[in-house]
Amino acid sequence: MKRLFPILSVLTAAFLAYALYRALVIAPTDALQGDVYRIIYYHVPSAWTAFLLFLINFVGSIIYLIRRSQKADILALVSAEVGVVFCTIVLVTGPIWARPVWGIWWAPGDIRLTSTLVLWLIYVSYLVLRRFSTSAQTQMLAAALAVFGALDVPLVYFSIWFFRTQHPQPVIGGGGSMDPRMLHTLLINWLAFLCFAFLICWSRYRLEVLHREIDEAHAMESLSGDRDSNKASMPLTRSGK
Amino acid sequence: MSSLRTVTLATLVKDIRLEWRSKDALNSMLFFSLLVVVIFVFSFDPLAEESRHIVGGLVWIAFLFAAVVALNQTWARELRNQVLDAYRVSPAPANALFLAKSIGNFIFVSVLEALMAPLFVIFYNLHVLGPAWQLIPIALLGTWALVVNGTFFAAMSLRTRNREIMLPLLLFPISIPAVIGMVAGTTAILTGEESAHFYIVLLLTYDVVFTTASLGLFETVLHAE
Repeated sequence: MKRLFPILSVLTAAFLAYALYRALVIAPTDALQGDVYRIIYYHVPSAWTAFLLFLINFVGSIIYLIRRSQKADILALVSAEVGVVFCTIVLVTGPIWARPVWGIWWAPGDIRLTSTLVLWLIYVSYLVLRRFSTSAQTQMLAAALAVFGALDVPLVYFSIWFFRTQHPQPVIGGGGSMDPRMLHTLLINWLAFLCFAFLICWSRYRLEVLHREIDEAHAMESLSGDRDSNKASMPLTRSGK
Repeated sequence: MSSLRTVTLATLVKDIRLEWRSKDALNSMLFFSLLVVVIFVFSFDPLAEESRHIVGGLVWIAFLFAAVVALNQTWARELRNQVLDAYRVSPAPANALFLAKSIGNFIFVSVLEALMAPLFVIFYNLHVLGPAWQLIPIALLGTWALVVNGTFFAAMSLRTRNREIMLPLLLFPISIPAVIGMVAGTTAILTGEESAHFYIVLLLTYDVVFTTASLGLFETVLHAE
């Protein structure tokens, strides 16, 4: 397993480089937007990856609620953390793209922008809860919050959808079919992003497992009453956190 | 079922009696939302026409923040003397406690709204152009939406450091669809420009979904160890 990680890292880096090359060089320039549109190859794959990770978080939380499985809890934590990072990329690249194309940074009535923002808020609050909660019950509370967050998503979507139909808003680039080369590049980029996300999740997962093993070892040590080794190990706990 | 009703009723009556004697939650909510209203009055000086468009937002911001003040106190009084721990080991259904707390908060926040609404009318010279009676279902459903999730998250944030800060951090993101429903629905009625039916349905859906989820998960959260 340990040897596999660097190999996968190199492969992912190469894949990402190839995807970048396709996005910047091979994909044709958009007829209407010019080269500005190329940000789509970062914006959209990040969004899909983030949504997939949030889905994994929901599934992990449900499994944790049913089975009380530590692995499911770590999976939920890891996917939420990495998901928030990708979601942040979406929220940063979105306005950068919107400014030259729509003429505004942010369209309050736009359903995708606003619901992505709300999604981001929900999962940031999930991470805040995990950070602030006292250790023993964190996992249960976080799993409950994840279920609430997932239930909220369709309601957010519909409320904004209706809100939008009621209020005037900027005209946002209409349909039009996509050049197949663009679509291929988009999918390749998504695949590269998925590999990247998987890699980060994997290493974060191993890190979290190690953290918990260390915490457990410390707890066992202090239970066994070995005062000296307990004191010596204290700084380790702090630097580990 | 009967024990659920008995325990709910007993807890509710106890909370109302405590509140009636101390008036802690109600007074702090009232003063808090009064301050918010006064600050808004200084910040905006709108014409009657403009005020119809903004008051929906202002009213609900005031109530949202005031509700958080009350919600934060909900469980705090059960922590003294380990009442909550005693409740955990007792055979009483956990949902009875949750329902009683939610209904109690609902009553407190509704009283606050009834007292504060006339102030908004006075300060902003409001004259409702749409069907005014629809404000009542919006207020009731909106308040329940805030209170049911708020009570649940207040129970959750009990187990965290900085619990007073935790509650709004958890509650506000999840409440966004409800807040959209309340604010946009109120504005729709005040201006009379569109129908508020969708918002009432939205709030109703939100209430049903989250009341069910809270009742389903409260026992887990209460007993989380």
